[in-house]
Amino acid sequence: MFKLFIGFVFALLISVSSTAQDTALPNNEQIEIPQVDRTLLLNEAVNALNASSFTKKTNAVNALVELKDPRILPILKGMRLGKLYSLKKNKTIVLAEKVEGGYQLTHAVTGSDLGIAKSNTIKKIRVNNKVRSALSKHIAILELTSSNTNERFLAAKNILSNPDEQLREVLVVAQKAEPTRKVKELISLIIARLDIQSSDENIRLNALRAMTGAVEPTVIQDIKKILEKDESGNYIEKSEVVTAMAEDKLSWIQTKLDWFKFCEDAIFGLSLGSVLLLAAIGLAITFGVMGVINMAHGEMIMLGAYTTFAVQQFFPSLMSYSLLIAIPMAFLVSGLVGVIIERTVIRHLYGRPLDTLLATFGISLILQQLVRVYNSNNVPVVTPDWMAGSLEINAALSFTYNRIYIFIFALMVLVGLALLLKKTLLGLQMRAVTQNRAMANSMGIRSGHIDALTFGLGSGIAGIAGVAVSQITNVGPNLGQSFIIDSFMVVVFGGVGNLLGTFFAAMGLGVVTKFLEPQVGTVVGKIMVLVFIILFIQFRPRGLFALKGRFVED
Amino acid sequence: MMKNTVIYKLLQNDKAGRIVLSALFALMVLVPLSNMLLPPDSFLHVPTYTVTLLGKYLCYALLALALDLVWGYCGILSLGHGAFFGLGGYAMGMYLMRQIGDRGQYGNADLPDFMVFLNWQELPWYWSGFESFTFALVMVMLVPGILAFLFGWLAFRSRVTGVYFSIITQALTYALMQAFFLNDFGFGGNNGLTDFKDILGFDIQANGTRIVLFMLSAFMVIVAYLLCRFIIQSKLGRVLMSIRDAESRSRFLGYRVEHYKLFVFVLSAVLAGIAGALFVPQVGIINPSEFNPVNSIEIVIWVALGGRGTLYGAIIGAVVVNYVKSFYTGAMPEMWLFMLGGIFVVATVYANAGVIIGVILSAVVSSIYAGISTLIGSEINPFVMLFFALGTLYICAKYFDFFWQKSLPFLTTLPLIGNVLKEKVVTSHSEVKS
Amino acid sequence: MSHTPINSPSRKITSILQLSGVTKSFDGFKAINNLSIDIKPGELRAIIGPNGAGKSTMMDIITGKTKPDTGEVTFKDVVDLTKHDEADIANMGIGRKFQKPTVIETLTIWQNLELALAGHRSILQTLFWRLNNDQAKRIDDVIALIGLAEKRDDLAANLSHGQKQWLEIGMLFIQEPEVLLVDEPAGGMTDTETMVTARLLKEISQRHSVIVVEHDMDFVRELDCKVTVLHEGSVLAEGSLDTVSSNPRVVEVYLGR
Repeated sequence: MFKLFIGFVFALLISVSSTAQDTALPNNEQIEIPQVDRTLLLNEAVNALNASSFTKKTNAVNALVELKDPRILPILKGMRLGKLYSLKKNKTIVLAEKVEGGYQLTHAVTGSDLGIAKSNTIKKIRVNNKVRSALSKHIAILELTSSNTNERFLAAKNILSNPDEQLREVLVVAQKAEPTRKVKELISLIIARLDIQSSDENIRLNALRAMTGAVEPTVIQDIKKILEKDESGNYIEKSEVVTAMAEDKLSWIQTKLDWFKFCEDAIFGLSLGSVLLLAAIGLAITFGVMGVINMAHGEMIMLGAYTTFAVQQFFPSLMSYSLLIAIPMAFLVSGLVGVIIERTVIRHLYGRPLDTLLATFGISLILQQLVRVYNSNNVPVVTPDWMAGSLEINAALSFTYNRIYIFIFALMVLVGLALLLKKTLLGLQMRAVTQNRAMANSMGIRSGHIDALTFGLGSGIAGIAGVAVSQITNVGPNLGQSFIIDSFMVVVFGGVGNLLGTFFAAMGLGVVTKFLEPQVGTVVGKIMVLVFIILFIQFRPRGLFALKGRFVED
Repeated sequence: MMKNTVIYKLLQNDKAGRIVLSALFALMVLVPLSNMLLPPDSFLHVPTYTVTLLGKYLCYALLALALDLVWGYCGILSLGHGAFFGLGGYAMGMYLMRQIGDRGQYGNADLPDFMVFLNWQELPWYWSGFESFTFALVMVMLVPGILAFLFGWLAFRSRVTGVYFSIITQALTYALMQAFFLNDFGFGGNNGLTDFKDILGFDIQANGTRIVLFMLSAFMVIVAYLLCRFIIQSKLGRVLMSIRDAESRSRFLGYRVEHYKLFVFVLSAVLAGIAGALFVPQVGIINPSEFNPVNSIEIVIWVALGGRGTLYGAIIGAVVVNYVKSFYTGAMPEMWLFMLGGIFVVATVYANAGVIIGVILSAVVSSIYAGISTLIGSEINPFVMLFFALGTLYICAKYFDFFWQKSLPFLTTLPLIGNVLKEKVVTSHSEVKS
Repeated sequence: MSHTPINSPSRKITSILQLSGVTKSFDGFKAINNLSIDIKPGELRAIIGPNGAGKSTMMDIITGKTKPDTGEVTFKDVVDLTKHDEADIANMGIGRKFQKPTVIETLTIWQNLELALAGHRSILQTLFWRLNNDQAKRIDDVIALIGLAEKRDDLAANLSHGQKQWLEIGMLFIQEPEVLLVDEPAGGMTDTETMVTARLLKEISQRHSVIVVEHDMDFVRELDCKVTVLHEGSVLAEGSLDTVSSNPRVVEVYLGR
C-alpha cells in the first residue's frame, strides 16, 4: 500500500517535470544565448567603448551593434551627445545628465538609477568625428529598421534636416524595406537632398523630380539654392535644364504652400468662428427667442471662464478632467445667475427690448465690477495635457488640438440645443410662449417659469462658452466685453431667431476675419468686418437667413 | 409784455423747462460774476476749477439733449452718440493742436508732436485747414453731420429700426474707437490730442478763457433747448412722435419716414459734435476712449434717468449723474461702477421720477455713512456703503414716484452747490485741524 | 413727381385700381395666387374670405408695404404701384385703415387729425407749418362727424377700441384719398355703431372708391355692394352678396371644414 503510494507520487512528479520541460524547450531554442550571458556580453561590449584610442572606440561601436540588443540605441545616442561617462572608481559606464549639484547618473546597460555624482568622480568618453559618424550611421540604421512606424518616421525626419552622404547605402536599403508610404517618401526625399549635391546633371534632375510636392522647409531651401544667382544676375547653377525644372518645382511647391496656408487660415477661421458661435448661441436664444437684448451675456461667458478656474483651484488632482467637470458647473453657475436676473429684472421689461438692453448693461457693469473687486488681474486657467499640442498633417500644415476640440464642441452644443428646442417638451413650451404668450398661458403653461428657464438656458450656454474661451484667451474681468459686440454681430448677421443662420454667420465671420487680418492687420480687419456688417444690414435688414412672412413684421 | 416773444411761445406749456432754463441762465450769469468779483476766501466765491467742472457737465447736458431729441421724440435709440461727440471733439482738438505751433516738445512748427514722434514728414491732407478756427468750427458740425447722414441714410432707407439700429450704432462707435487707437490713422493714436496751449490767441488755462468757455457751454445748452422745443412744438415734432409711436401709420399718412428720421438724426449728431467741441478745450484732452461704447450707453442712462422725451430731463439727468459720478469716483472709485449699474437697472425697471431723487439721496446717504464711520473712527466698508446707496436708490424708485418740480432749480445747480459746499467744508475742516 | 399727371381732367379713367395676375409667396406658401381684381372709380367693394385667404397681404401689396413676386397693380390705369413706396402711394391718394386700430396714442385727437390732414408732407413745410382757419374748420367738422367733439383734446390713448376705429376712419377721411382701403372697420363695435359705420362708408363712397375687408356679414349686407370672395389667395366668386352666398363653392369654403 505504501509502495503504491510512493510509486504514485513518483509518477506524478515525473509527469509534472516532463511537462515543465516540454514547455520550456521551445523558448530555449529561440534564444541563442541565455539572458544572463547577453547582459554580460553587452556589459563587456559597452565597457569596450571606453577604449584608449578613437579607432578602438569605433571598432567597439561596430562590435556593440552586432549584439542587436534594444538597449544599445540609447547608449549610442548618449555617446553621440557626449553624455556617456565612466565612473573613475570602477570603470562602470554610465549615462550622465547635468543637474543641479552634479550629474544624475544611470547605468548604461541596466538603466538603474545611480544617484547624483560630483563631476570629479566621472570621466567623459570622448568621441571624434570618425566615431561620431560611425555612431550616426548605426543610430540611423537602428532607428530606420525599428518595428515602430512612428519611430522610423521621426528618424527619417531627423535625418532629412541634416542628411549625411555616408548614410546613403543605409537609406537605399531602408527605402526598399520600408512598408509605409509616408516614411518611404520621406526617405526618398533624404536621398534626393543628397543627390542634389551631385555633380551629375541627370542625378540632380532626378533629385528635383523626387522633390515634387515636398513642403519641408529644408527641401525648399535646397531648391531655392539651385536658383541662387551671382552678382551679375546669372544662375550659379550651370545647367539650364536643372534651373528650369527647379523653377517649375518651386512654383508648384509655392502653389501647394499657398493652398496649405489657405487650409490653415480656413481651419483657423472656422475655429475662431466656433468660438464666436459658442458665444453667440446663447445670445441667439435670449435675443432671438425671447427678444431680450442681453448686454450681460458677455459676463455670463466670463462667469463660465471663472468657474473653470475655480474648478481647477478646488480640485487640482483632477486637472485632466477639470474641463469636463467645469462644463456642467459653468452651465449651472451662469444659468443660475441668468435665472436670478430674469426673475428680478428682465421680468419687468418684456416687450421693451431697448429697456432690456439698458438694464442688462447695468447688470454687466455690476458683474464685472464684482469680479474686479475680487481680483482685477487675469487669472491663470490651465490647459489640460490632452488639449495641448497639435495635429501635424505635414511639414507645412498643423492644427492645434484646442482649436479642433473647440470646433467639435461648438457643433455639439449647437446640435444639442437644436434638439432641445425641437424635440423636448421644454423646447415646445419655449416656442409656444414666444409665439403666443396668452394662448400658452391659457393652455396651462406657466410662462413665467418658461421665461426664467429660457433665459437661464441662454445664460448657461454662455457659461459653457466661457469654459471653451478660457482655453484660448486671458480670463479677466474684461473677458465678456470683448465678446459682446462680436456676438451681437453674429446674431444680427445670421438672422435673429435662426440657429442655422447663427452657425453660418459665425463661421463666415470667423473665416473672413482670419483671411483679412494678415492682409490688413488685426484692427483694420476688425473694422472692415464691422463696416461690412453695417453695410450688409442695409441690404438684408433681417440677416442672412431671415424668417419671411407677414407675421414677422408687426 | 413778454407774451409775444418767440421764447415765451416755445416755453408756454413747459413749466419745468422754464425752471431749468432760468436756473441755467442764473448759473451762466452768477457763476462768472462770483468767480471774478468775489474774493477767493468769500463763502460764495466759485473757484475756477469748479467753473470748468460745471462747464464740462453742461457739455454733457448738451449731448444728452441731442440724444433725447432722437430717442425721446423719434424713438431712435442711438448707442453711438459718443462717436459724434468724439468727432466734434477731435475737430476742435485738431484746431487746438495746430495752434500749438512750435511750442511743442519737439518745437516743430509744421507738425504736431505725435507726428514728429512717428517720423512723419508732412501733415496728412485731412489735417489741412485746421489752423483756421472758422474751418474747424465748420468741421465740428460737418463731420458728425456727414457721418450721421451717410449712416442714417443707409440705415433708415432699408428700415433698420429698434434694437437693430441700436446695435449697429454701437458697432459704429466701436469701429471708430478701434480706428482712432491706430497710430497710422493720424489722430495721435492711444494718447489722442492734448497739451493744448491757446484758443483764438487766448491762453486755454487762463481764468477768463475758462469762464468764457463755461458761459458759452451754458449758452449753447439754452439755445439748443429752445431749438429742440421749436422743433417738437411744430407739426414736425408731432410727425416725429407719430413715427415713434406708429411708424407704418405715419407712412400710410404719406410722410416720408426715412427723411424725417434722417433730419432729426443729423441734427442731433451736429448738436453732439458741438458739445464735443466745447468739451475738449475745457478738459484739455481728447482721446479714443471717448468712442468707447460704454460712454455712449451712459448718455442713454442720463436721458432715461431724467425722463425720456422731456428735454429738460436730459439736462437734469446728465448733470446729476455726472455730479454723483464725480462724488463717488472721488470718495470710493471702485463703488461707482456698482452704483452706475444699479442706476441702469433701477432707472429702466422703475422708469419714474423717483429714481433721480434716489440717485441723489443715495449719494447723500453714502456720505453720511462715510462721515459717521470717520467720526467713530471705523473703516468705511465699501459693501456696507453700497448696500445703503443701492437700498436708497431702490426705495426712492419704488415709492417716490413723483417729480418734485420745485426741486428742479436745486437739481440743475446741484453740482455748483455741492462742489462749493464741499470745498468750503474741506477748507474749514483743514483749517480747524491746522 | 415725374409721372403723368394722374388727375388730368381730359382723361377718362376706366378703373381706379386694378390688380392683374398678382402672386406673392412667403417661404413657398402662396399668400396671393394669380389674383385679379378691378375697381371702378367711385365703386364700393366688399372683400370677404376666411382667415388666411390673403386679404391683408392684398392690402399690403396695394399700399406698397409688400412687393408682389409677379403681376401688376395699376392705379388710375397708368401708375404702376409696385414701383412706389408707402408714402408715395399714400400721397397719390390711397388711404388705408389697419385691421388693428392704429392711431398716434401720445397725441390728442385733434393732433391726430391735423397730422392726417391733406397737405404738404416735407420736412421744412412741417417745421414752419401754421394751421389756417379753413383747415381748423375742416378738422372740427371731421371731429364732429366721427362723434368725438367732446374729446378733441384728449390723448388718443384714452379712447375705447371703437372710438379709435372711428378716429382712424376720420384720419383716413381727412387725408382726402381717392381710394380708401378699410380693413375690418366694424371690429369691436356695437351693432348700432356698425350700422352707422356702414352708412358712413356708403356716404364716403359717393365721392371716393372704397374697398372694405370684413368678416361681419350683416355689415357687408348693410353696405349693399359688389362682393369679392377670396380663397387661398385668389378670387373664388364675385357678385352681389346674395349671388355669392348661394355659390356652392363659397358655402363649402366657409362652412365645409
